[in-house]
Amino acid sequence: MSAAIQASGLGKRYRRTWALRDCTLAVPEGRVVGLVGPNGAGKTTLLRLAAGMLAPTCGTITVLGERPAAGPAQLARVGFVAQDTPVYARMTVSEHLRLGGWLNPGWDNGLAQQRIAKLGLDPKQRAGSLSGGQRAQLALTLALAKRPALLILDEPVASLDPLARREFLRGLMEAVAEHGLSVVLSSHLVADLERVCDYLVVLVASRVRVAGEVSALLASHHRLSGPRRDPGTRHPAGQEVITESHTDKQSNLLVRTNEPILDPAWTVKPVSLEDLVLAYMSRTGDDTPTRQQQLGVVS
Amino acid sequence: MIEFQLDETSGVATYLQLVQQVHQALRMGMLEPGERLPTAQQVVADLAINPNTVHKAYRELEREGLVRARPGLGTFVTRSPSGTDPATQARFLAELTGWLRSARAAGLDPDDVEAIYRTAFRACFAEGVA
Repeated sequence: MSAAIQASGLGKRYRRTWALRDCTLAVPEGRVVGLVGPNGAGKTTLLRLAAGMLAPTCGTITVLGERPAAGPAQLARVGFVAQDTPVYARMTVSEHLRLGGWLNPGWDNGLAQQRIAKLGLDPKQRAGSLSGGQRAQLALTLALAKRPALLILDEPVASLDPLARREFLRGLMEAVAEHGLSVVLSSHLVADLERVCDYLVVLVASRVRVAGEVSALLASHHRLSGPRRDPGTRHPAGQEVITESHTDKQSNLLVRTNEPILDPAWTVKPVSLEDLVLAYMSRTGDDTPTRQQQLGVVS
Repeated sequence: MIEFQLDETSGVATYLQLVQQVHQALRMGMLEPGERLPTAQQVVADLAINPNTVHKAYRELEREGLVRARPGLGTFVTRSPSGTDPATQARFLAELTGWLRSARAAGLDPDDVEAIYRTAFRACFAEGVA
């Protein structure tokens, strides 16, 4: 599998503060990849580095096998929608499309016009007077009409109401269905990611805590509850405890395993993607070696 | 034609939810051999989900021999899941109903019954995989 984004020891420093430090990850191509993590994990910095809008302080990053923004061809292959989907407030919708046409060699004007018509946007309306959802859709239209091989979106739906969010993601998924582009998007809204992503990367403090195919992650994580077991009790080989909590009578664990849970003392329940993400985000301690092994599978 | 729905809190992968809904529809006779499943584009437009997920679900159904993709035409139901014959199903349904009635008569509430059922179910089917 080739990588949409591959980073090794990647770091970005602003004066004395590291926004991203020693980040190593591989994001597969041909997928819709969700990037989640707490604020300050380095998601935005990573995505801006991938889009070529920032230069790394150290380490390397390649996007679709090339250095970001290495030249006009590479710029044309990668679309980027920044946080809060910025547009030019004083320009009309149709002026945005004309500008897109001038700036992008591979501009697909038919696609842009079709999307604007389908969305019911007035070409003569200034972008500043569009609703948040419409502005986001305009920004998405501009990014899609570039016909990029990879589209990077940084929290594109964070400020939208649920309906506008659903419409935005629907538009994005229809584009994926039609053009087969790779997508990497960051979001805090895990329920959205569960719908649209087939691959998930959890980033905490510049480190990949877990990465994998969403269906495989859901199938291999289970919530166990049963009579108390003291913390540190040995578990069967192949069972990795991600989080655990104990009362004097009961133990609740979230475990990762590819084997069936045979111990009849446990009540086994599936975990939602949200629980899974929260478990990895709240997990303490540095377990880089196992993460590295998983990255090996990805690249 | 089947209309898919999603339960976002179930912890069941989206592709698997689609697969299970087709199984269910086949068992209930709501989908019959020869019928076409919605195209990936239709499902994507309905549910705002990833098209790869729909393809994955349809591949799984094809692997199970329940549907067949006909290029350019769509994905069609070929047969129902290999269910046991109706008489056998009816016998077990009657036995279980009888058991449930006696449990209720003995004063067990629905939660008691469910706990017993789950424990027995897990014990039986976990043995199968061990």
